[in-house]
Amino acid sequence: MDLAYGPEYEAFRQEVRDFLAANSDKAPRRFGVSRPSDEVVAWQRLLIEHGYAARTIPKQYGGYGAEPDILKSRIIAEEFANARMPMGIANQGVSMLVPTLLELGTEEQKKKWIEPTLKGEVVWCQGYSEPGSGSDLASLQTKAVEDGDDFVINGQKIWTSTAHAADMIFCLVRTEPDKPKHEGISYLIFSMKTPGIEVRPLVTMTGHAEFNEVFFTDVRVPKKDIVAGRGQGWFVANATLKHERGMLGDPNQAGSRLKEIVELMHRETLDGERLIDNPLYRDRLLQLQARVYAMQFHGLRLLTASAKKEDPGIARLIVKLQGCELNHQLAALAIDALGELGVLYGESPHLRAQGAWQHRYMFDLGLIIGGGTAQIQKNIISERGLGMPREPKLAKDNAEPKLAKA
Amino acid sequence: MEFGLSEDQKLMQDSVDRTLEKVSSLDRVRKSAEAREPYAADIRAALVDLGVPGILVPEDEGGMGMKLLDAALIAEAIGRHVAPVPFIGTSVMAPLAFTGAGSPAQQRAFLPKLAGGEAVAGVAISERGAGAREGAGVTASNGRLNGKALFVLDFGGADFYIVGDTSGGLHLVWGDAEGLRKTQLTTIDLTRSIGELDFHNVEAEPLVSGDAQATTRRMLDAGRVMLAADTLGAGWRMIEKAVDYAKERKQFGRVIGSFQAVKHMCAEMASELEPGRSLIWYAAHAFDEIPAESSLMAAHAKAHLSEVGRFVARTATEVHGGMGFTDLLGLHYWFKRIGLDRQLLGSPERVRQDAAILQGWTAA
Repeated sequence: MDLAYGPEYEAFRQEVRDFLAANSDKAPRRFGVSRPSDEVVAWQRLLIEHGYAARTIPKQYGGYGAEPDILKSRIIAEEFANARMPMGIANQGVSMLVPTLLELGTEEQKKKWIEPTLKGEVVWCQGYSEPGSGSDLASLQTKAVEDGDDFVINGQKIWTSTAHAADMIFCLVRTEPDKPKHEGISYLIFSMKTPGIEVRPLVTMTGHAEFNEVFFTDVRVPKKDIVAGRGQGWFVANATLKHERGMLGDPNQAGSRLKEIVELMHRETLDGERLIDNPLYRDRLLQLQARVYAMQFHGLRLLTASAKKEDPGIARLIVKLQGCELNHQLAALAIDALGELGVLYGESPHLRAQGAWQHRYMFDLGLIIGGGTAQIQKNIISERGLGMPREPKLAKDNAEPKLAKA
Repeated sequence: MEFGLSEDQKLMQDSVDRTLEKVSSLDRVRKSAEAREPYAADIRAALVDLGVPGILVPEDEGGMGMKLLDAALIAEAIGRHVAPVPFIGTSVMAPLAFTGAGSPAQQRAFLPKLAGGEAVAGVAISERGAGAREGAGVTASNGRLNGKALFVLDFGGADFYIVGDTSGGLHLVWGDAEGLRKTQLTTIDLTRSIGELDFHNVEAEPLVSGDAQATTRRMLDAGRVMLAADTLGAGWRMIEKAVDYAKERKQFGRVIGSFQAVKHMCAEMASELEPGRSLIWYAAHAFDEIPAESSLMAAHAKAHLSEVGRFVARTATEVHGGMGFTDLLGLHYWFKRIGLDRQLLGSPERVRQDAAILQGWTAA
């Protein structure tokens, strides 16, 4: 146990601090949820140049080309957070497509797509889920039928965040309807401007359209725009999902939420008494504080395991489930402590924190469901973490794609 | 930056664990509990052979001079095997009492004996950690103690006791002192001896060299981390037993472990309990290296493990169905161990109140 980083890392930390102090005027003030603004693109370029974004992506693909060093990555994240400066672009293209292409793409695909994606010039969306294929993603039915040098795609995707602003999509389609369901899927990348694509916003319970539905009608995509081979899509998708789950359940987010609630409870009053002086709210705060600490230290433990290239086993599998749930419970406490004020939303008088707590409380539920529901996470934890048996397979599972063809 | 155990620590914990696997079998634990032994002398002897009682005693007093994190790893192994042995009082809190507040002569007289396992020390400071019930409390004047102390740790078979008085002083009292009445308390957990001391003008030797008040705080912090670690060990053993049982037990023509209802119970137990391990590691590390956070982290570790421990104990029992409820299976030894850990040195609400005071969120 040694919580000190040592001289080499402290020197690196100082470099990051110096950079942030010297460049604070260049940091974008607002990060849009869809397309990066010019300001964001310029900031991203600067970060890549200094190795604070795209740090371990090879130089020939537009990255900084450093050796992976998880402690340096953490120091960068810590210092940016302490200085309240925005990190680089972390959209689905950067976080999911780039690592996938690096692992499985052809040289031509890597050359063509990684650099503009990193620089924020090309924005991607993810075409995985379908109305009939959520937790059972492998049952997806969007068809891609061979026709000359193209695939012709018909079907529908859902939960496609940023589809309305994206240039490109990485998309799972069924190319082999006769094969068992996991073996008939391919991973295609194509332009969102291709004729036959329609994007409709999907308004959620928050009142905002954080997602979209995407409809494909006779969309023609060249056969060469496949990643890995035909029928390899399920394998490619799992490589990508691994990157997505790493993004969800971040304990640092819980830490900053906790701080906000502590401040809120010192500021807000009930019958003239500060909320922090109310033993019931305070006890709930303390229960969650212990959980936040536990998840933060758990994060440090996983970080150490990664740095040493050790497999932390079940310890890693629980992060999405526990982290998302904790964030949700924190939002719930803030709402309860605010009482009636906690239900104000939108443009109301007396609104607190722009309605953020209600928005988080609702949006977090989306995160608990998305990226593998809590129940799917529990299956994974019990099967891979505890070695418990899978549910017996239904015989008809393997036949589904055949039925679909008919 | 390295947040984890060293190879030495892993080896040390593994050797304690393997020893207890051999000597602290369920049959042995049951025998000890049914006979109401103060502790299982053979299991204690096996731990003495490994040097366990000297874990926190400085090397020049015959101990191993190790850190609280090392002690927490041992506490976890002891909880895992529900071992009926004195540890938290005699091997953790009492050595801290001497190193913190004992005179050089007292340290020399008692620490080597504790380290070598030749003496067992009970610890009577529960009122400081859990608050006073039934008006308990010990007062000291002119070298004599009066009053009563409840929930004395490592009570049975103790040669002497470390006793905290109501004004923050610490005293050493011999087990056979005149005017001392000792009453065994029977708790749900028959693997640990808990008792009551009644003082009627009992002669006591004060520990006066250091700051007794601060030392009591250290003992309390350390004790809380140990109870949390005990629950971690006992809790994980319960999860493993539940998983093993679910893989064997068949109903409706399938092993029950293939039903999602059962799998999810097991996944929830593991997910709730495992982050507590890192909280315990951090709290134990802070005890020795980050004094400003030591008491707060000890309180959080204690309260949090109490909460998730209770969830694990009842859920693992439910996974076992009717068998979990029987005496035959013996699962209840772990259930009750976790139940006692929760209440000792402050139940969760009480401990969280401490955490609030420590952060200035409420007045003491």
